[in-house]
Amino acid sequence: MSKHELNARNLLRPLPVIRTQNKIASLDAGDHLVVYCTDPGTLHDIPAWCRVHGHTLVSTAESADEIIIEIEVVKD
Amino acid sequence: MSKQRKAVSLISGGLDSMLATKVIQDQGIHVEGINFYTGFCVEGHTHAIRKKDKEKQKKNSSLWVAEQLGIKLHIIDISEEYKDIVLNPKHGYGQNLNPCLDCKIDMVARAWQWCMDNDFDFVITGEVIGQRPKSQRKETMPIIARESKIEDRLLRPLCAQHLTETLPEREGWVNRDELFDFHGRNRKPQLALAKKLGFDEWSQPAGGCCFLTDESYSNKLQDMWDARGERNYEVDDIMLLKVGRHIRPAKHFKLIVSREQGENNFMRGYRPMYSYLYPTSHGGPLTLIDGTPTEEDILTAARVVARFSQGRDADEVAVNYVAKHNEGEQELKVKPMPVAEIPDDWYIH
Repeated sequence: MSKHELNARNLLRPLPVIRTQNKIASLDAGDHLVVYCTDPGTLHDIPAWCRVHGHTLVSTAESADEIIIEIEVVKD
Repeated sequence: MSKQRKAVSLISGGLDSMLATKVIQDQGIHVEGINFYTGFCVEGHTHAIRKKDKEKQKKNSSLWVAEQLGIKLHIIDISEEYKDIVLNPKHGYGQNLNPCLDCKIDMVARAWQWCMDNDFDFVITGEVIGQRPKSQRKETMPIIARESKIEDRLLRPLCAQHLTETLPEREGWVNRDELFDFHGRNRKPQLALAKKLGFDEWSQPAGGCCFLTDESYSNKLQDMWDARGERNYEVDDIMLLKVGRHIRPAKHFKLIVSREQGENNFMRGYRPMYSYLYPTSHGGPLTLIDGTPTEEDILTAARVVARFSQGRDADEVAVNYVAKHNEGEQELKVKPMPVAEIPDDWYIH
């Protein structure tokens, strides 16, 4: 298992979820991805995308100017 | 044992594509969704930018639909490649700068390519004959199938009975008798089907999902092309057309004046790429300058910025000017431009 980071700051939805999707395609099962975003809509989009693709949402954290979402990759 | 047939569905997030997908799922087909991001998608953008809309933060409709249907959704960024559709639509524009027919052909072609790359059998859409004046007409349906090169592997479950039999129907992968004959702008059949299928909630993009169908947005895009003397754009250009007041005092420069704090915050990210102004003696809007203003133009711009600041009634407002790629700031002390002195035709709307 390895941990990766994705900078999706200043991107408007749905770009953060697209970048997340594309990044996860290159990762292995069990890897973790930490996504840094600023668009509050990602708090809906990335968890929803994880649910429809079966990935595990590890955590979400929100501060005044940043959202951090951690995902564990699950592959069929 | 027969092969499990697989279809990909163009998911817009609206009711029709949701119904079309469910109808085909219920016939035992494995369906996954696909959604294309063109850069002109309305959903979420203005909510994300404008502070007053923050409370309206809502779900992404296409992801929400995928969840309701229990299907995977692949969201694909085609914003760069999509330029050619916007700039050179073979079939022309709709009421504004919306190239709906070319757009549909392009998306079906991309979905079909995705099918071939991923061993899927056919594409489904929620199109209904007569529902959209530009792209969803009886005569455009075969054009889309032909020009996307998908031919008879494009199935429109909601109006299939009005159309020539497709391969999935001929081969018995789906039962044509269980497809529909919807047509026209009447939504009652869709609403009845939604009820029958157990859906009681859906979003309503109804053509409003693309900024290019919006008259004001199209006017700003056309103005940008006219001013630059060429029909082209970068993705950042089309983002900035979504925010602020656009004021063009002269062909060679335009002001983008933020309207509120949320837009101010969003536009701050563009400061490295533009010259900009902001008031320092009073609260007021960040203003980006697109073009090549002269010194006199910058004073005019500063007076406009002062007019939209909290010092609009003051004798003098201090406005800082920062030239593009220049870290130094220049302080300008100007008299706010009276509303009556800003000609109506400066506003692009």
